[in-house]
Parts: sequence; C-alpha cells; structure tokens
Amino acid sequence: MSEKRYTEDHEWVLIDGDSAVVGISDHAQEQLGDIVFVELPDVGKALEKGKEAAVVESVKAASEIYAPADGEVLEVNEALNDEPAKVNSDAEGDGWFFKMKLSDPSQVAALMDEAAYKDFVGD
Amino acid sequence: MGEPGTAGQKETPLFTLHQELGGKIVPFAGYALPVQYPAGIMAEHKQTREYAGLFDVSHMGQVKLEGADRVAALEALVPADLAGLAEGRQRYSFFTNDAGGILDDLMISNQGDWLFLVVNAACKDADIAHLKANLKGEVTLTELSDRALMALQGPKAAAVLARLAPGVETMRFMDCKPVEIDGTACIVSRSGYTGEDGYEISVPAEAADALARHLLSAEEVMPIGLGARDSLRLEAGLCLYGHDIDTTTTPVEADLTWAIQKRRREGGGFPGAAVVQEQLAEGAQRRRVGLLPEGRAPMREGTVLQNDQGEVVGKVTSGGFGPTVGGPVAMGYVDSGLAAEGTALQAVVRGKALPCKVAALPFVKHNYFRG
Repeated sequence: MSEKRYTEDHEWVLIDGDSAVVGISDHAQEQLGDIVFVELPDVGKALEKGKEAAVVESVKAASEIYAPADGEVLEVNEALNDEPAKVNSDAEGDGWFFKMKLSDPSQVAALMDEAAYKDFVGD
Repeated sequence: MGEPGTAGQKETPLFTLHQELGGKIVPFAGYALPVQYPAGIMAEHKQTREYAGLFDVSHMGQVKLEGADRVAALEALVPADLAGLAEGRQRYSFFTNDAGGILDDLMISNQGDWLFLVVNAACKDADIAHLKANLKGEVTLTELSDRALMALQGPKAAAVLARLAPGVETMRFMDCKPVEIDGTACIVSRSGYTGEDGYEISVPAEAADALARHLLSAEEVMPIGLGARDSLRLEAGLCLYGHDIDTTTTPVEADLTWAIQKRRREGGGFPGAAVVQEQLAEGAQRRRVGLLPEGRAPMREGTVLQNDQGEVVGKVTSGGFGPTVGGPVAMGYVDSGLAAEGTALQAVVRGKALPCKVAALPFVKHNYFRG
C-alpha cells in the first residue's frame, strides 16, 4: 500500500515500503511554467535529505530539486530527457523524476499529506 | 518559488489591463510588469513568431531633443551618423564612455525639427543625466514621461495595424513617423526587439489602454510578457543591456560595428573613439558570438566557456531555451581566435563540461520588411 506525501519544497513522494518515487507537485510545475530540461541524478547516486538531487529548467530559469530523504537512486524517468514537458502535462504521474531507496522510511512519514500540502500552498 | 514583491514598483498605463489579462506581475527595472500571461512563455513566443504579439514597453525612456545644435550635440555622445539620418528614419546606436565601453543602447529617429530617443528603463535616469551634462550648444531635452510605448510584433502585425491606421503597411524597417491611430497622435516606428516584422508605438498615456484593447481585439494578437520578450530577442541575436553589453564591452567586441557608419568610423568625435578606431583596425581581443549547446541543457548567463585544454576562454552573457529553435541557445564572449563559426568549446554547467559550438547569429532569421 503506497501513500503520497509532500515536502515544503513542493516535491511529492510516493512511498511504498522502503522505496519512494519523487517528482514535483502540480502547483510547482504551474509556478515554474514551461519546463524545457530536467537534469536527473545518476542511478546509484547517494542522496542526502535536503541536498540537491535534480535540476529542473524552465524557459526562464533553473531550479534545484532537493532529496526528500536520505537514500540511493534506484531508477530515473529517462522519458523526461526527450520530453521534459511531461512535467507540465502530468507532474504527479508520468512526469515523475526518480525512484529512490529510503535509508530511513521514518524521514518521509513526517512529511505533509495531500490535505496539509493544499493548505500549505493556499489552494 | 514565491512571487517576488512588486511593492514600491512603478506602474505603466497598461497595469490594470495586465492584471485583467491574468498577467504574472514581477518587478523589472523599477516597474511592475507581466513576465507572462496564462498562455505561458512558450505559447507567447510562438504566437509572436507565427501571428502577432502585443508588448508593453512603457517602462522604456522616451526623450525629445530640440534645438539648432541637437544633431551635432548628440553625435558627440554616440557613434551613429545622425547628420546623414533622413527625416522619418531611425537608427540603433549606443552611448559610449571614454574607454569605448557602452553606457546604454538606444534608438534615435529624426522627426524633422527634433530627435526622438528611446532608451532602456534601467538606464534612463543615468542617460538623461548624461545628456543634460554633456549636450553642448542650443539643445533642449524633454523626457516624454506622459507617453506609453507598446510593440506590436509578428508576421501579422502589419495587417492588424493597417486596419486601424491604413498606410502603415508601406512603412519600411526603421521608418519612424507620426501616425494617427484611433484619432490619437502616435509616433510609429517599424522596428522591434523580436527579429520579426512589427511596430513600436509611442502613444499618449491616457490613450494607451484603449489602443492596447483595440489591438488585442484582433484575432491575430495576444498579449506577450517579458519572458517571451527575452527568448525572442535572444533567438534574434539582439543584445540585452547589462548582460550582453555594458561599460566593459566595446562596440567592436560586441560585434555591433554595423551600427557605426563610415563617416563616424573615420572621423571619430564620440567618447572612446580612439579605442574603437584602434579595435576596428587591429581587431579586439574578444568577441560576442552565438553559442549552440549540443545537448538539451540550457547554458545560462555566467556559464564559463573553456577550450579543449580546459582553459577559460570566455563566458555566456545570455542563455536559455529557444522555443522556435526547439533547443537551448546562448550568446557570450570568447577570445577572438575562437570566434569562428563551428569552433568547438565546452561550457561548464553545474560542474560538468558540456560540448557547444560557436554559431552564427541570429538563431532565427530576421523577418524585417525592407520594402
């Protein structure tokens, strides 16, 4: 059974046991505008909670995406290399960034649920 | 990702309209202006290349120079041939300093008994102070702060504006003259900052909102924000002051010598002429060039450029994604020996050396109407 959480940096984290899929929220893609490039981490890269894990670039600017927890990159969404606009069209689905193994699943359990995130962004 | 504050920023006469149209308002050169509308930068960019877009550029400075000595006085501050500028014609130029650096770039048109100058928003106070301090002889300067400025750009611009002001379709690129639109006395130039055909329209502030709404009512026209204005001018290879040109870059380094006419190259008589003339004869040590990244990663302003030995040979001054090109584009300065089209360089993006090539400017062919 998977559950979805959100960070204050506007990432979503779909948690399934000791692994999680990470992307940016629909609110975030809307704020960024047209996404033209996503720099994904290398598979196997060690991630540290709060440190840069990926970079997303809109026409205007580059923004860093932070790791929501400590762990290791298991898989990346290669489709974004050719079609970065998937992040705009389906941020919380086909526009996922990477899948990671969680060193400590309790780190993500404390993140916001969908209702709390909606309050957070003022929707 | 919060909105930057726009408190304390000046508003243009079209501010209410920008809000009504859902513009995302940001601070820019002291003004609250839309960076984009709901359509987004990509759609606004393509709209301008394929149909027509309306830009609010009222933040730019509009200046009137009158008096018997206006031409000679201004020629002492810019390297353009203004004595040879016919009535109703416009030229691109720049204020230079004693080192040959660029203080600002501007448009100058001959309106018969006066010269019309359009300068950058961020520089306008400094430009006006510079003019007031240095214009010699009988010259009167008036800042036309009661006028708005808008640009209608794109292949459909002529057809749209001709419906409101028949005759503008025969104006040639860089013609600039009084035109009555909707009963209002405007000054219209056939020019812009997108590489497309189009017009820049100076209109009394109180008539700006109605004119903008009238232009936007045409089905070919959409409002365009600052974001697409930047991507359009970058693809067109046009310089942005404070980024691609500034007080440390000369017109020769910036590859803008086409804007220094023959009489001024030979005769000088503008600030920094000795430096510019020496560089015209001997060449400059570095040059502004187009840069095409080979991958998909944009190369932003400040990106360091290296040769194949890993030595620093230049840097990016403007860079991003070109929606019409369909990939990243940039421009910057490189050592003159590496300025030839096709030269392979490396751009250091987030610690990684990514391949790029020196490319011809513009990235997208200019579509000007030359009659």
